[in-house]
Amino acid sequence: MGPTPHIAVIGGGSTGAGIARDLAMRGLDVTLVEQGNLTHGTTGRMHGLLHSGGRYAVSDQASATECIEENRVLRDIASHCVEMTGGLFVKRPEDSEEYFQKKLNGCEECGIPAEVVSGEEARAMEPHLAKDIDKAISVPDGAIDPFRLVVANAASAQEHGARIETHSKVTDLIVESGEVVGIEVEHDSGPGKRVHGTEGGTEEIRADYVVNATGAWAGRIGDMAGLDIEVRPSKGVMTIMNIRQVDTVINRCRPKGDADIVVPHETTAILGTTDEEVEDPEDYPEEQWEVDMMIDTLSELIPMLDEARTIRSFWGVRPLYEPPDVGSDDPTDITRDFFLLDHDERDDLPGMTSIVGGKFTTYRMMGEQIADHVCGKFGIDADCRTADEPLPGSEDFSVLRDYMDEFGLRSPIGRRSVERLGSRADDVLKTDGPNPTVCECEGVTRAEIQDAIEGSGSDLNAVRIRTRASMGNCQGGFCSHRMASELHSEYDESVVREAWDELLQERWKGQRHALWGEQLSQAALNYALHATTQNRDQDPADGDPVDFSAFDSGRGQTGGSVDSADVAADGGTDGY
Amino acid sequence: MAIESEVLVIGGGLGGLTSALAAAREGADVRLVSYKQSTLRQASGLVDVLGYTPDGDGPLTDPYEAIPSLPESHPYRKVGVETVRDALSLFDDAVPTYEGEHTDTNALLPTHGGSIKPTARYPAGASAGLASDTRDTLLVGIEEMVDFDAPHVASHLDATGVPFDVRGETIRFPGDLRADAKVTRYAKLLDTNSEVAVRGRMVPAREALAQRVNPLLEGEERVGFPAILGDDNPGAIRDALGDHLGVDVFEVPMGPPSLPGLRLEDALFSALDEAGASIETGNPVVDFEGEDRIEKVCIEKNGAKIPNSADQYVLATGGFVGKGVESDREGVYEPVFDCHVPHAADRYDWFEGELFGDHEFARYGVATDDDLRPLDESEHSEFENLRAAGSVLGGYDFAAEKSGSGVSIATGYAAGQRAAQEAR
Repeated sequence: MGPTPHIAVIGGGSTGAGIARDLAMRGLDVTLVEQGNLTHGTTGRMHGLLHSGGRYAVSDQASATECIEENRVLRDIASHCVEMTGGLFVKRPEDSEEYFQKKLNGCEECGIPAEVVSGEEARAMEPHLAKDIDKAISVPDGAIDPFRLVVANAASAQEHGARIETHSKVTDLIVESGEVVGIEVEHDSGPGKRVHGTEGGTEEIRADYVVNATGAWAGRIGDMAGLDIEVRPSKGVMTIMNIRQVDTVINRCRPKGDADIVVPHETTAILGTTDEEVEDPEDYPEEQWEVDMMIDTLSELIPMLDEARTIRSFWGVRPLYEPPDVGSDDPTDITRDFFLLDHDERDDLPGMTSIVGGKFTTYRMMGEQIADHVCGKFGIDADCRTADEPLPGSEDFSVLRDYMDEFGLRSPIGRRSVERLGSRADDVLKTDGPNPTVCECEGVTRAEIQDAIEGSGSDLNAVRIRTRASMGNCQGGFCSHRMASELHSEYDESVVREAWDELLQERWKGQRHALWGEQLSQAALNYALHATTQNRDQDPADGDPVDFSAFDSGRGQTGGSVDSADVAADGGTDGY
Repeated sequence: MAIESEVLVIGGGLGGLTSALAAAREGADVRLVSYKQSTLRQASGLVDVLGYTPDGDGPLTDPYEAIPSLPESHPYRKVGVETVRDALSLFDDAVPTYEGEHTDTNALLPTHGGSIKPTARYPAGASAGLASDTRDTLLVGIEEMVDFDAPHVASHLDATGVPFDVRGETIRFPGDLRADAKVTRYAKLLDTNSEVAVRGRMVPAREALAQRVNPLLEGEERVGFPAILGDDNPGAIRDALGDHLGVDVFEVPMGPPSLPGLRLEDALFSALDEAGASIETGNPVVDFEGEDRIEKVCIEKNGAKIPNSADQYVLATGGFVGKGVESDREGVYEPVFDCHVPHAADRYDWFEGELFGDHEFARYGVATDDDLRPLDESEHSEFENLRAAGSVLGGYDFAAEKSGSGVSIATGYAAGQRAAQEAR
């Protein structure tokens, strides 16, 4: 065997990060490139459901079986990203009894532990369920933090020697003598982005093999080499509530339909979703009716949602794919299975494989299959270890210690920090200086922010997804300037200012869909804090120079320099 | 039998307090009722009149000059520029601890985020920090306080082009306050000047703080702290620190909970008390009676509805932040008297895509006639004896214009004065 093959993986979502980790653990040289932050695409825009497989137990039993297998694996290797909430498929009086039985049988056939509970029992578990729920099936659904999971996969890949490049957009595939031999990327440079050794400008990354793991963007990469990859992006809306109305994943037990799931996630609950095909994965309408439908339809299951406060909504785009000969009209009919497209076999273009379709819950399994495939190309016989080796943060995970005393943190904050950090808690939280809370809504301390900055550089949105800072009720109203200040020990003021603006704008984007009631009141307060108190909308640092001498410079003077003795005289003349 | 007064003011923020004060000084028998904590605790405590035009021109040197060219719907246009001046005179008289009355020119003050902002009146504690003062400046932050990172604020201020050198240093606050201590804890320690342990020796807190700062001075003539320098005795604390350090000391206004905002609230409540108004806080107005004229309102107290009647009423319940204007998915409304609030039917027209875009919601509130009487949909006054003041008013974006306090004081003054005059 020759020198170690170098594999370029395109895409920093769950699939790409999973592939990079797997290949790196098998000893290959890996470079992962991602156009935005990790999870920038579909992974960062999902409801955070760790599938039990119950959702597919009737319509797609192969996927359901994979889900329950991977559900068990992730509980093990990614325990610090998973909250095993359990799930219920609830049946309303008007929902089909026949389908309920099919669901139950389907779960049994796929090896998904499932149990029927009465309406009364279901309401004992979840008191806010509607009074007229007939009954439910309980399944081992869970909640999973996609950000933390992907960051942990990337960190593990790095530990095994991989190079991870975020904010690096692929601008071309390098094809020589009828073979893909690398990628050309444009690294973002300058403020607000991660600062790298190779920062700025274009880079040619030569590779022995290229894996296209860009999901809904796979067609765009394919176009660069004249390949036709017919991904059918399908958008879905998710609406975030400010509290957890339920502590269990609540699914509606009916064949298919929009607005049929509520996932408790950290301090929030996420309502989902819709399924509508779109042309462009980056440019599609985000509409009011979609948000209204989430609230109105899911209120049939949990009536209090009708009056509850939402903090934002966001849309994600599923990277659905089906072989060209199937031709489904309705995106809900397209399989959730994944496809490995070897472009040598398919298009006579060796050197690259695309992976399309699939689900977040089975990302590791997809990574394993593609890593097997790539290793096969090079005659490498190495076992996959990703199902057995815990991710960074999930080794020796124990939350039983008294972290409040240990780290000098107030109890709920300490508990939440430790839940997020898992086995890394000791490393991150043991600091010399004081460790005040930066984000009060989510209980994120300075030490966690500094740890995230170390991992992701000057990008505050990258800090956000690592820590959850600014993702709570106030949506960054109180903490965004604090997060910016935390950057300042490492970065220049102008870099900090741009990163700060970027964070504020990103936080505004999703909040716009929640602007009524309490959240509009919050948004008005945030606007007042940022524009009135801080004058960030008219910051002279960003704008035209100000003639300071034209303004009041102290008592008895209008403009010009001030006599300091004059100003000193006003101390002590008052009680304020 | 209802509790009676000549003028009943609903709301205890800047608009309501000014309104009640103006009415009381006009000789009326005034009662003020407020429910929630006022939004003053969230405000910096600066009194902005007008910093930018609605088109974004500014910072304006002279706020009064720009008032006549504001849109007709603007509350300043309803009351007129002379009333704005009169209202500020009332404020200056009621709150002598504020400065800026010596000139029509706006002052520029550093913000806790490191920018500067135009304002018309500022607490004496902030006066040595004016950005047009050319003396070199040291900013001192507290390691445990995430809201004011002095080195960051200093370099940001420098980027705004201020005409002086500015540096930031961070210290550990003397005494044993935990990492997440509230600003009131720092203030209390300095107010009482309790002794704290410094290297095994007990030292009064003010002196201990000065000792931490002293070695950091490099010839600067003024030192700025976050606004934590006492709640009860801020002047004495600044003097003590200034004496120890041999420089002028100032505070940089902060976000919530804002001590300067709370001090301003206290000062106005004291002035109102002195003026002889009756004040009831903590209980909401839940109901009212009357068609063309409000006969009485009901205040809920311990589960009972207590009727309050007056000849004239002032609505000063605040905007979206203070919950004087509320909304749901269907629309925007004023919850106490259900006064009409003009707004777009589609809630996606309420905001813009850009964070600091020209948001319609920021201008939502009741529309009034020139006498500040709220207007219904057909532009008739809702009630002949109701006026509105402060952020419950629509037609202006206080955050973009930096006009919030000025509008509250001017419309509060006008509403209170006219209500008092009409009550007799």
